[in-house]
Amino acid sequence: MTADKIKKNKKFSAFLSLGVILFLSLLLTIFIASLLGSEKLSFFELNESQRAILFDIRLPRILVGACVGASLAVAGASLQSLLRNPLAEPYLLGVSNGAALGTMLAFAFFAQIEFARPIMAFAGASLATFAVYQMAKSRAGMNTERLVLSGVIVTTFLSSIIVLLTSLLDAAKLRSFTFWLLGDLSQATKNGFYLTLLVAALGTIILSSQAKALNLMMTGERDAFDFGVEVKKTRLIVFGTASALVGISVAASGSVGYVGLIVPHLVRLAIGSDNRLVVPFSAIVGAIFVVLADTIARTAIAPRELPVGAITALVGAPLFIYLLRRN
Amino acid sequence: MLEVQHISIDYGICAVVQNVSFWLRAGEIVALLGANGAGKTTLLKSLNGGLPTAQGRILLNGKDLNSYSRREIAQKIAVIAQENETKFPVTVLEFVLSGRFAHGTAFGWETTGDLQIALDCLQLCDLAGFESRLMNHLSGGERQRAVLSRALATEAEILLLDEPTANLDLAHQAMMFRLINERCKNRHSSAIVITHDLNLASAFADEILLLKAGKILAKGEPREVLTGENLQTVFGVKVLLDENPVSKKRRVTTIY
Repeated sequence: MTADKIKKNKKFSAFLSLGVILFLSLLLTIFIASLLGSEKLSFFELNESQRAILFDIRLPRILVGACVGASLAVAGASLQSLLRNPLAEPYLLGVSNGAALGTMLAFAFFAQIEFARPIMAFAGASLATFAVYQMAKSRAGMNTERLVLSGVIVTTFLSSIIVLLTSLLDAAKLRSFTFWLLGDLSQATKNGFYLTLLVAALGTIILSSQAKALNLMMTGERDAFDFGVEVKKTRLIVFGTASALVGISVAASGSVGYVGLIVPHLVRLAIGSDNRLVVPFSAIVGAIFVVLADTIARTAIAPRELPVGAITALVGAPLFIYLLRRN
Repeated sequence: MLEVQHISIDYGICAVVQNVSFWLRAGEIVALLGANGAGKTTLLKSLNGGLPTAQGRILLNGKDLNSYSRREIAQKIAVIAQENETKFPVTVLEFVLSGRFAHGTAFGWETTGDLQIALDCLQLCDLAGFESRLMNHLSGGERQRAVLSRALATEAEILLLDEPTANLDLAHQAMMFRLINERCKNRHSSAIVITHDLNLASAFADEILLLKAGKILAKGEPREVLTGENLQTVFGVKVLLDENPVSKKRRVTTIY
């Protein structure tokens, strides 16, 4: 074994141990979060009703939060590389709103069909992604301003349709919907958890498989093509998978904003831009981030609750401004 | 290695390249000269399948270019394009290693061999010690050399270079052409170079293609193509032609 190989292996094992440490931190965060809340629980003694609170209400909510965080962070990281823009984010691009509109339509018209919400959310997310991409690209390529503006246009357009729809709903439903639109995990169920976990895991694996191609896409589509990437295929896979991840997240918890912006940014600061690391690490850090944010949302003004999206936006919006200025 | 047969390329109704044919043989450097907008870059882009040809065909080692997969073409043809900028913190070593994409598996990590090739290419391009620097912190010329390193790291037998010396100082211009020249002669690779430096073309090219409005005006050895009449037709300027006293190659000086 040459010295280089040893050096390379050392680097790899360092990242592997970082991954293990992060994963253990995620488990610890979930454990602590499950004990906190309007009803404080002790790990050692649980009575019947506390048991019900923990296993039927709190844990599903925390675990769905973790899956949503992972999905949004992975979708953000891959969209950023694909669009060569560190500011690309599902919420800011209007992808979340597309999914939200899809979910609302499913709620309004197909309420009795079980999987209508996630499917319609996926369809909405895909359409919004496609629309933004078509608007942002020009013959000269795609610059930051064009992309952000297209995102704003799609977001506001979809928002106005959503507002129109909500005004047609009755008052009680309306309140729960406006709350949900800001990102709300209180409706999480066990079945919801299984579905979001499945999509989050598959999505992370699929996008990790595109990581090497995405590394080339970061320096330009033209470059990627010249060096052997099948650009159209990669673009389709990444857009499709990211839409599925955003769709499932929005169907589960509404639009939790800025996760896809903050998390990949932090990960890149720590370990650099190699997507083979950025994509899986973003999944774990995203999960930790949303579980923490939701714990704050549940406990800050207990027994009342804040929408988790309000907490993530509070952190995310200043970071967005900072990144925009630095660009 | 590369045979271009009567190709035409158009953007919509506007024909950019018309009925261009030439051969690129192993070990040869071909320079592509012409005024701005003559179709040089368009022609170069089509040679690795980046732009579809409206007519004619391109043969790579005797087989139609379209019969190869993207990955196979990238293993045989490397490109150095004009612009290159990223907003992400990519290190120089990561950047050069990404040139090994076509040789690896989709999931896999680079092997020791890949790493060695990347380090050797950095050394060749005078970038040893730059491995952990960030691409977006480099100067224009340093970035240009990193781009060359990445192209060399593919170990492709054909190099397509679009104004490779645009950002380089005098020393590194000579370095780049010497490097390309050595690689072509030693490994029987070949290169097609777009350049505006007529004297560099004269010094290093085995053949020059002079393009005007998408058509080949003249092709052949530098001495045959770089004539006062041809240069007057293409660039509309008067030139003084003599011989470089050291290399004995044709020297072109513009008369202002």
